[in-house]
Amino acid sequence: MPSRTAATQAGTAAQGLLPTDVPISLIDADARACSDDDWKMPDELRLLKLYRGMVLGRRFDSQATALTKQGRLAVYPSARGQEASEIGAVLALRPHDWLFPTYRDSVAITARGVDPVEVLTLLRGSWHCGYDPYEHRVAPQCTPLATSALHAVGLAQAARMKGEDTVVLVMLGDGATSEGDTSEALNIAAVWNAPVVFFVQNNGYAISVPLAKQTAAPSLAHRGIGFGLPGLRVDGNDAAAVHACVSRAIERASAGGGPTLIESMTYRIEAHTNADDATRYRDQHEVEQWLARDPITRLRRYLLDRKLLDESKIDALDAEADTAAAQLRERMNADVPADPDELFKDVYAEPTTALRRQRAMIDAECRAGAA
Amino acid sequence: MTGLSAVPDGLTTMAKALNAGLRRTLEEDPKVVIMGEDVGKLGGVFRITDGLQKDFGEARVFDTPLAEAGIIGTAVGLAIRGYRPVCEIQFDGFVFPGFDQIVNQVGRMHNRSAGAVKLPITIRIPYGGGIGAIEHHSESPEAYFTHSPGLKVVTCATPSDAYWMIRQAVADDDPVIFFEPKRRYWSKGEVAAQPGPLYRARTVRPGRDLTVLAYGPMVGVALEVAEVAADEGRDLEVIDLRSLAPLDTDAVIESVRRTGHLVIVHEAQRTNGLGAEIAARVQEAAFYSLEAPLLRVTGYDTPYPPSRLEEEWLPNVDRILDAVDRSLAY
Repeated sequence: MPSRTAATQAGTAAQGLLPTDVPISLIDADARACSDDDWKMPDELRLLKLYRGMVLGRRFDSQATALTKQGRLAVYPSARGQEASEIGAVLALRPHDWLFPTYRDSVAITARGVDPVEVLTLLRGSWHCGYDPYEHRVAPQCTPLATSALHAVGLAQAARMKGEDTVVLVMLGDGATSEGDTSEALNIAAVWNAPVVFFVQNNGYAISVPLAKQTAAPSLAHRGIGFGLPGLRVDGNDAAAVHACVSRAIERASAGGGPTLIESMTYRIEAHTNADDATRYRDQHEVEQWLARDPITRLRRYLLDRKLLDESKIDALDAEADTAAAQLRERMNADVPADPDELFKDVYAEPTTALRRQRAMIDAECRAGAA
Repeated sequence: MTGLSAVPDGLTTMAKALNAGLRRTLEEDPKVVIMGEDVGKLGGVFRITDGLQKDFGEARVFDTPLAEAGIIGTAVGLAIRGYRPVCEIQFDGFVFPGFDQIVNQVGRMHNRSAGAVKLPITIRIPYGGGIGAIEHHSESPEAYFTHSPGLKVVTCATPSDAYWMIRQAVADDDPVIFFEPKRRYWSKGEVAAQPGPLYRARTVRPGRDLTVLAYGPMVGVALEVAEVAADEGRDLEVIDLRSLAPLDTDAVIESVRRTGHLVIVHEAQRTNGLGAEIAARVQEAAFYSLEAPLLRVTGYDTPYPPSRLEEEWLPNVDRILDAVDRSLAY
């Protein structure tokens, strides 16, 4: 018969692992400060950085979508509407921390300092990853979903074994939480007490499939308790709240407190990608409701109300974003020549005999074609 | 640790040779870690990691939760940050939950990152039948991995190769799938003083009349076949392939140019098995030397049978001898 002591221990262990009923929010949809005793508003400098990151991020995002129409990008999955989640989370990282992003997180990677052309290399189709992951401590963008969650746990464990103070932030979507790798990653992270923050942007849809068909859990954050790690739910259109939550999760992991699962409640304003047609599966009315909760407008109003921002600063930042977009456009308009030799590069540390022979075959084809 | 452990002396089982090889990698490189199910206190279900956790600590040799994708996926993260993980998959049939991580992640990260990220991960898989096991414990899944770019795949047939090849695999900067023929774990042999090259086939018995190519658990069977054939006055050459990817067909092509006859033996199912690729390469390179069609002796295209029937399923001496007869009578 199970003992009363065992039951008490399980009860104690479960404490603090469940999310709050209402998502954590610091600035509400009407740009008013919410009182929350548990969470502190980021300071003014931080809020301005968040605003700036979101403005630059959105301009980058709209430029990338435009590049698909000009045939300069093979595909682009927009993060429009999710800027508070993207920027709020990534700006919480310290320089030596690592980011494991997905294909929808180009905005976050750019904010991490990676050259935007290098960020878009994957979506341009010129290589599978355009940046050196070690330079900015950003893993290649995960395209099959959730596989990177396990890599993040492994890297976090490696950092711990080396005695380094490194925390790993892995970005996932609501759809990715259904993948087995996510469950394995949450479980292993909790067992190992690995310094990982699982940041799930619940944007309502996995391409066309709504959350209700993805999970029967009360919320995605509720999945934490089953694995023994705390689950937080945050208003994903509130950059201040996202930033506060992720910052605290990073501090906790850094101090040896282990992993945290954060569900960031947001919405994908655009279709899945430029190639998708969202009118086939969702109502425009729903989109409009979320447009009214726009993360950039919200923080701008908050900052204007407190005179932390004025029209001239807003204009200057918009102009800066336009300049960056123009530069990106110009650089993306340059053709990247395709060299067949690249096919055989970096399959192994040293090319195998078979690959050298196949490379010679294609070289012969090229010579024959040129003759 | 003071000093490095020596090469095993005298007759050693393959299991002990692997253990000694792994011990040596742990001694030589502080970045080597061993991870998997039951590899710690238990020393693995086949005892290949016996005593290693006791001697190197739980940070270097550790049990993972029971999750193969998790083992491989976390090894990727460890390797990105400079570690050299050696993952144990408990049985061949259990590798498939980790298949996506191996094929899409382990095999492709180096290429994806344009060479920036190296994943020196060794994935050890006990494989093959003949031990009277239940379902999912006797599979030969090597062709799935040899078909996948970015992976190296090797298998040992003797204690000597087991010792040296595991050391070489762990030291390689590319990911290596290391197939261990579990029915040979307890067979004994001497460990050579020096290794041969990892990714090369080896002629284990020279002969003039016909070439038998085998690997892993089938090398021993092929040598038995050669003994019986010798009594019948036939001089068979036996080649141990050793490296399945990169596939080293140089030795077999050179051999077939002399003998004109080739029988390829593997336990794995026939269709699209490694034998098909070997046959294609040999006929392309040695067409005018061939005196007979290339023949394969393999498992059947059925699920691996229950142990009551495995002796009927597995390639054996008689079945290989029959192929030898057919080839030489052609």
